[in-house]
Amino acid sequence: MQTFEFVHAETVEKAIATRPEARFIAGGTTLVDLMKLSVETPAALVNINALPLTKVEKLPDGGLRIGALVRNSDLAWHPEVQKSYAVLSQAILSGASPQLRNMATTGGNLLQRTRCAYFREPTAGTPGGYGCNKRTPGTGCAALDGLNRTHAVLGTSDHCIATHPSDMCVAMAALEAVIHVEGAKGKRTIAIAEFHKLPGSTPQIENALEPGELVTYVDLPKPIEGARSVYLKLRDRASYEFALASAAVVAKVEIGRIQSVRIALGGVGTKPWRSPEAEAVLTGKPANPENFRAAAETALANAHPRGENAFKVELAKRCLVRSLKLATA
Amino acid sequence: MADSSDLRSKSVLADLSDPSSDDQAQERQSIELEPLPAEATSLRRRFSRRSFLSGLGATGILAGAAPLAAAAPAVEPPSQSSAVAGKRTLTLNINGKEQVLRDLDPRATLLDTLRERLHLTGTKKGCDHGQCGACTVHVNGRRINSCLTFAWMHEGERITTIEGLGEPGNLHPMQAAFVEHDGYQCGYCTSGQIMSAVALLKEPIGPSDEDIHHAMAGNICRCGAYTNIVAAVRQVRSQA
Repeated sequence: MQTFEFVHAETVEKAIATRPEARFIAGGTTLVDLMKLSVETPAALVNINALPLTKVEKLPDGGLRIGALVRNSDLAWHPEVQKSYAVLSQAILSGASPQLRNMATTGGNLLQRTRCAYFREPTAGTPGGYGCNKRTPGTGCAALDGLNRTHAVLGTSDHCIATHPSDMCVAMAALEAVIHVEGAKGKRTIAIAEFHKLPGSTPQIENALEPGELVTYVDLPKPIEGARSVYLKLRDRASYEFALASAAVVAKVEIGRIQSVRIALGGVGTKPWRSPEAEAVLTGKPANPENFRAAAETALANAHPRGENAFKVELAKRCLVRSLKLATA
Repeated sequence: MADSSDLRSKSVLADLSDPSSDDQAQERQSIELEPLPAEATSLRRRFSRRSFLSGLGATGILAGAAPLAAAAPAVEPPSQSSAVAGKRTLTLNINGKEQVLRDLDPRATLLDTLRERLHLTGTKKGCDHGQCGACTVHVNGRRINSCLTFAWMHEGERITTIEGLGEPGNLHPMQAAFVEHDGYQCGYCTSGQIMSAVALLKEPIGPSDEDIHHAMAGNICRCGAYTNIVAAVRQVRSQA
């Protein structure tokens, strides 16, 4: 592991003033892993664990404010999250292991990096190594015609097909979370739909953060009264595994008709995949299997499988149909 | 975080990867490792597997045996200077005792610090990437993977390892239950399993065996002692 300067920050001001190229470290579950693999080689780490960003608070407008340092396990087990944002609790508890959820934070999970085996290979993007445009732009993408069973089918480009790995972010996409960040230029908010970036021709840019900007809070809007939510995750084994396909659904049904629905897919997209097209298919329609299937067809209409991951297209459709059934039952 | 596809891919990719990756692994390994202090060596006159392997490592007899050399501590010359650039002295509270660690490299994980500096070798290094759970310890009463965190991040916190849980003649009930139910075969994952099992007693999980399965999912046992591990956990939960 390349050595680094280690800085402890007690305040947000000190954390963001340290060095723009420094990496913030909280749980470390992604960053330390990738530093051991030489994928991440930060010159400086800023330990942000002492920052006062550890609370979950009700907002005056009925929403919920989650500090960036709230651990995944604490968020999943928070009574308000379990009661009013069940999809988020279910999504978090379906990911990683209890030990990792005790370490991983809300802010860090937003920045979780892909599990693409080529991206994680120590020499990828270097001369003689596998091509990885995310590691070193211009070196190609070994996954395009390589081992791509777990790779994305939505939001891909000819430069990168790496899957976004987070479950939490998929639930937050369906909940329309708003991310608060703070940097040298001040504070701003970013809607979760705008936070993660499609790879396009710049897969090395994964999110909307400016260098040195710190995630401070995530706000969840007031829960929709009478809505039910579900997170369904399909994977190679029943626990401690990333999604092959997942779906987060928040739906409100009245007298058999879908009044409102929000849909996000995981395990199949290069970012947490909100599908407004599938939502439009369902809104105002009867909650029945035919309409669920039509929504699923629409959600995956622009899927681009590449060899080994072709099965994900049908898997994601069935995952969405099943989760719609569960959320509207 | 773990995923089986990644592990599978790694083994597939290994054949194709650059031969320098072994060198890199050894380079990564060498930074955390320190010689045994003189007093520790003198206490280890009694012949043991650990002192035997450590001795071999020091004399370099295993230099050609890549798998063992990578797993056993490499030994660097004793540092003559008390202030090494980038290193720092810090105090960690481990098993109720304040431990002063001089000149600790910022890259030292909590796991390597426990094993290589404090010789608390009950905590095991399995995958070193948060995928197997062998390195599970408690920080402020919560279980974490000690391989994925730097020691520098834990000043002022209460760290508990398997050595702090119980001792021969005075086992923690979970340790006793693992013995009673034969919750291991080779034993390498056992300390991590027990640390996880003790932690889950305080977590808000359901009462069923299925709930135990999910709560223990972060600890892999390649011998497959799962049935007996669940029996041990079930027994202690019913006593609580």
